[in-house]
Amino acid sequence: MSDHDYRPKSKVGQWFNDRLPLLTLANHLTDYPTPKNLNYWWTFGGILTFCLITQIVTGLTLAMHYIAHADMAFESVEHIMRDVNYGWLIRYIHANGASMFFLAVYIHIFRSLFYGSYKAPREIIWIIGIIIYLLMMAAAFMGYVLPWGQMSFWGATVITNLFSAIPLVGEGIVTWLWGGYSVDNPTLTRFFTLHYLIPFLILGLVVLHIWALHVPGNNNPVGIDIKKPSKDTVPFHPYIVIKDGFALLMFMIVFAFFVFYAPNILGHADNYIEANPMVTPAHIVPEWYLLPFYAILRSVPDKLLGVVAMLSAILILAVLPWLDTSKIRSAVFRPLYKQFYWILVADVLILGYVGAMPAEGLYLLIARVATAYYFLHFLVILPVLGFKEKTLPVPLSITEPVLGGSPNLAAARNKESKIE
Amino acid sequence: MSEKKTKRRDFLFTATTAVGAVGAAAVVWPMIDQMNPDASVKALASTEVDVSSLTPGNTLTVLWRGKPVFIRRRTQKEIDEARSVKMEDLIHPEKDEDRAKNPEWLVMLGVCTHLGCVPLNDKGDYNGWFCPCHGSHYDTSGRIRKGPAPWNMEVPKYEFVDANTIKIG
Repeated sequence: MSDHDYRPKSKVGQWFNDRLPLLTLANHLTDYPTPKNLNYWWTFGGILTFCLITQIVTGLTLAMHYIAHADMAFESVEHIMRDVNYGWLIRYIHANGASMFFLAVYIHIFRSLFYGSYKAPREIIWIIGIIIYLLMMAAAFMGYVLPWGQMSFWGATVITNLFSAIPLVGEGIVTWLWGGYSVDNPTLTRFFTLHYLIPFLILGLVVLHIWALHVPGNNNPVGIDIKKPSKDTVPFHPYIVIKDGFALLMFMIVFAFFVFYAPNILGHADNYIEANPMVTPAHIVPEWYLLPFYAILRSVPDKLLGVVAMLSAILILAVLPWLDTSKIRSAVFRPLYKQFYWILVADVLILGYVGAMPAEGLYLLIARVATAYYFLHFLVILPVLGFKEKTLPVPLSITEPVLGGSPNLAAARNKESKIE
Repeated sequence: MSEKKTKRRDFLFTATTAVGAVGAAAVVWPMIDQMNPDASVKALASTEVDVSSLTPGNTLTVLWRGKPVFIRRRTQKEIDEARSVKMEDLIHPEKDEDRAKNPEWLVMLGVCTHLGCVPLNDKGDYNGWFCPCHGSHYDTSGRIRKGPAPWNMEVPKYEFVDANTIKIG
């Protein structure tokens, strides 16, 4: 932002901008040079911003009608569904919005994995992203507790009990989290408070995420450093704004399909039964977006180690920039990594599938193999691959491969031989 | 700058930081402790249950401190099974004699020690309880035999007030 010499045209604009340079910021955001080869996988940042705003707006309106009390929460949600004007719409947008949020964030994360967006100099952007992801999971989990149905209650019981695996202080921590000897009214009220707080923490982190992004600029499908501004860039407005807008429109069609045609398909019927501390539902399953981690938890036969494995599976992502030893960012030029990448995608999908199935027999075996592979990918394959893999020649600029026979070609060949 | 002055300043820094830290801790602790069980929660400490209607081979489930408590009137077969198990076969070795002082009556928290689900009666590989959440098997003494749970189901403090009434807590 410091390289801006922006001066508003109007006198009033100048007067204001000298005192608070908001117009300089706005100008930076419109002119921001963006790689011109960004594909549609890059539109999910904007889509995620939309998801966050949607959750905050619908959440605020739901909070006007919801009652955070163990005796009244379940009824107040039914009251929203039946009595409140458009309450059904707002609640369905909010509930399915959480799923859409995770759908978009998983695409966003796997985009980074494919194109190596987490590598230097973008490690801080990546780590802030992982923190946002953790906060999203916390917010989603606590939000799911609020309707106080059977899945709410037992999901809360199981997840809070994860802390009891901690030696010595575990039980004390669980009692402290509950504010009692079981999940009950004190648990519900504090979860409501935190569920209300977390989206605003995420909003703050999103600002940092974008700020950190605007220091080095966007990565791109070719994964090379580019000169900015240059022939390789286009201004954010109107080029990226239009592209993001179109992608958002497509995304909203999917979103609307769930809200209007299948609003409960991603939920569990058990959550329309009011919480009952005497009966556990026959089959407790978390929401779909947590299933891979749930499968990892269940694949380990020891309580403490199961919890450790599940947390490690998430936290290992934070050190990914240092586990991946390859200097080449984009999988386009990494023939072996590209294959391992798709195996990882399949592995996570398989974990998600077995996470929804009972933990026995063949499912358990598959879960164990898939869990082992997940860690193998990050702890062994990625570090070794950086040294062993023979990468393809990387172009010098985005324009170069398009303008074959450009004067850069000789230089590009030179660089290839250096890389090899 | 003389040496003496530097030392005086060091002392002030250390003293200020120490007092500040104590003050911060004193403010933070109430914020943390307010989340612990409050007086009204703690007040619901005990409950009395009439067990006269319970016949052998049946289980009564009652709520105590928000958690289910299993009261099982065991058959002779179940007692024999529980008492004949060798200690070395147990994950969390506890004698049945210690868990059920009166062998006919087994009183325990109906909470799986894995992640807190309520196990199902008369299920599982050991004819005791089976937790549907993550597949822990308990025997007729409520001891963990197979699965991810680390401990036996907890026996709360309880006593027979008279022949037909159990006081839990």
